[in-house]
Amino acid sequence: MAEEYWRWTESRWTDPDLKWQDAKIITAGVDVGSVSSQAVVMLDGRLYCYGNTRTGSNSPDSAVKVMNMALEGTGLKIEDLQYTVGTGYGRVNVPFGNRAITEIACHARGANFMYGPSVRTVLDMGGQDCKAIHCDDRGKVTNFLMNDKCAAGTGRGMEVFADLLSVPINDVGELSLKVEDEPPPVSSTCVVFAKSEASGLLREGWPKEKVLAAYCSAMAHRVFTLLERIGMEKEFAITGGIAKNVGVVSRLEKELGVKALKAKIDTQIAGAIGAALFAKALVEKEGKKK
Amino acid sequence: MLTAGIDVGAKTVKIVVAADGRIVDYAIVPAGQDAQAAIEQAWGKLKTKAEDIEVIVATGSGRKSTQRAQGFVTEVAAAARGAIALFPEARTVIDVGAEEGRAIKIDETGKVLDFAINEKCAAGAGAFCEAMARALEVSLEEMGAMSLNSTGKVAMNAQCAVFAESELVTLVHNQTPKPDMARAIHDAISDRIVSMVRRVGMAEKVALIGGVAKNVGFVHSLNGDLGAQVLIPEEPEIVAALGAALLGAQDKYAKTAEASV
Repeated sequence: MAEEYWRWTESRWTDPDLKWQDAKIITAGVDVGSVSSQAVVMLDGRLYCYGNTRTGSNSPDSAVKVMNMALEGTGLKIEDLQYTVGTGYGRVNVPFGNRAITEIACHARGANFMYGPSVRTVLDMGGQDCKAIHCDDRGKVTNFLMNDKCAAGTGRGMEVFADLLSVPINDVGELSLKVEDEPPPVSSTCVVFAKSEASGLLREGWPKEKVLAAYCSAMAHRVFTLLERIGMEKEFAITGGIAKNVGVVSRLEKELGVKALKAKIDTQIAGAIGAALFAKALVEKEGKKK
Repeated sequence: MLTAGIDVGAKTVKIVVAADGRIVDYAIVPAGQDAQAAIEQAWGKLKTKAEDIEVIVATGSGRKSTQRAQGFVTEVAAAARGAIALFPEARTVIDVGAEEGRAIKIDETGKVLDFAINEKCAAGAGAFCEAMARALEVSLEEMGAMSLNSTGKVAMNAQCAVFAESELVTLVHNQTPKPDMARAIHDAISDRIVSMVRRVGMAEKVALIGGVAKNVGFVHSLNGDLGAQVLIPEEPEIVAALGAALLGAQDKYAKTAEASV
């Protein structure tokens, strides 16, 4: 069976210093995307545990799977969650969800939590879309622009390239920086064209790192044009899987002339964090309990 | 007077030799990685002797790859000129190649009145069909033919060839009949082409040229979406090259002068 170079690392984590038994408000956020799903549990608004996995062909099953993955080893069960908000493409299909909120709102809120109240521009590079979001100091959305029609600038595009070059996707960023001179970018508007350009470059004898550099450059430029259209306001932060790709991030920062805030938390869980925080706000303001 | 048009495309190189407004010779070869080599290969396949050709005009995305041409014309100008020569009644020309799609509005002389191009996105060109045929594990010809046997409508939501491929994989998993998927694929690309046509406005008759015109499934979907029967030449791939050759006969080109549309 062919090796799956596109397969990024799934993960789960629990904060060892928190005890859910001591918490007053236990809420959850589930972000079911077309490529990946995340579940987050917060205790009184503090990050307790999370899970991050590939979305399967069935949305409801993926929601349950990632929630159980987050809760693994904690002793906490889905029934113990006081309120759950679903977000992402599969948000209405979360079987144990109480409400659905759009991923734009959740990413802004999540970025505010992860990066602090100084964030004003959030770039979410997801599996099958990329979004540029403006928010205020409370993480409330003031404007946004989205490309969800096209693979350019998305995780799927990067998966295609990892596969083409037989490089594990987690290694793409680092490898792309091993070039002496920056090569010109391949097509930034279409992954299919970029891929056929890249095949030609490989045949010309370009080493893998050079082709990856050209693609990371193209992807950086693609999202740069999105940010240009909405306008860049500091501070700037990136969420989603590609935020972990230093090859794209460094080139984007260079083109923008702005450095992105660095995260201490997995950038893929931003949407789920936002959702869990909305859940907490709903519990507090409306006294909603299951 | 013999003139020649060279169309250096993304996938194929076409050469047409014309005299008195008609095709007298032509060749089509794969473009491969080396455009110059492909052009020479195509040149070698012609029956006409190079010294008998008075003017050579080049077109296509790779037109500057050849040193043989005395002049260059845009694909839009070439497509319009070639289409009107074959179909004097054409007033709209749709040209769908491997990587680009064009909708061109023309008058009765073949003069370009307006045009729309897609060169940024594989989903509006032949690359889309190729990717889908690979995902279905059939040849392009098979995919075109089987779509005519479709009995059910299947929704294809994706606008993007990369996403559509993933969508297809899911449909295959759900055991959707191949003819229905093939039909959906052609409906999807036809949809995009028609929205491009609407940008310039459709006037009958409509001529369809470019390699994708050979796809019977696409033609069927297109006719349905346009509400009109498109006119298709015997060799749809060589029409732009013909147009370039005919433009070469109308004016004598100075070396490397770019013709205006």
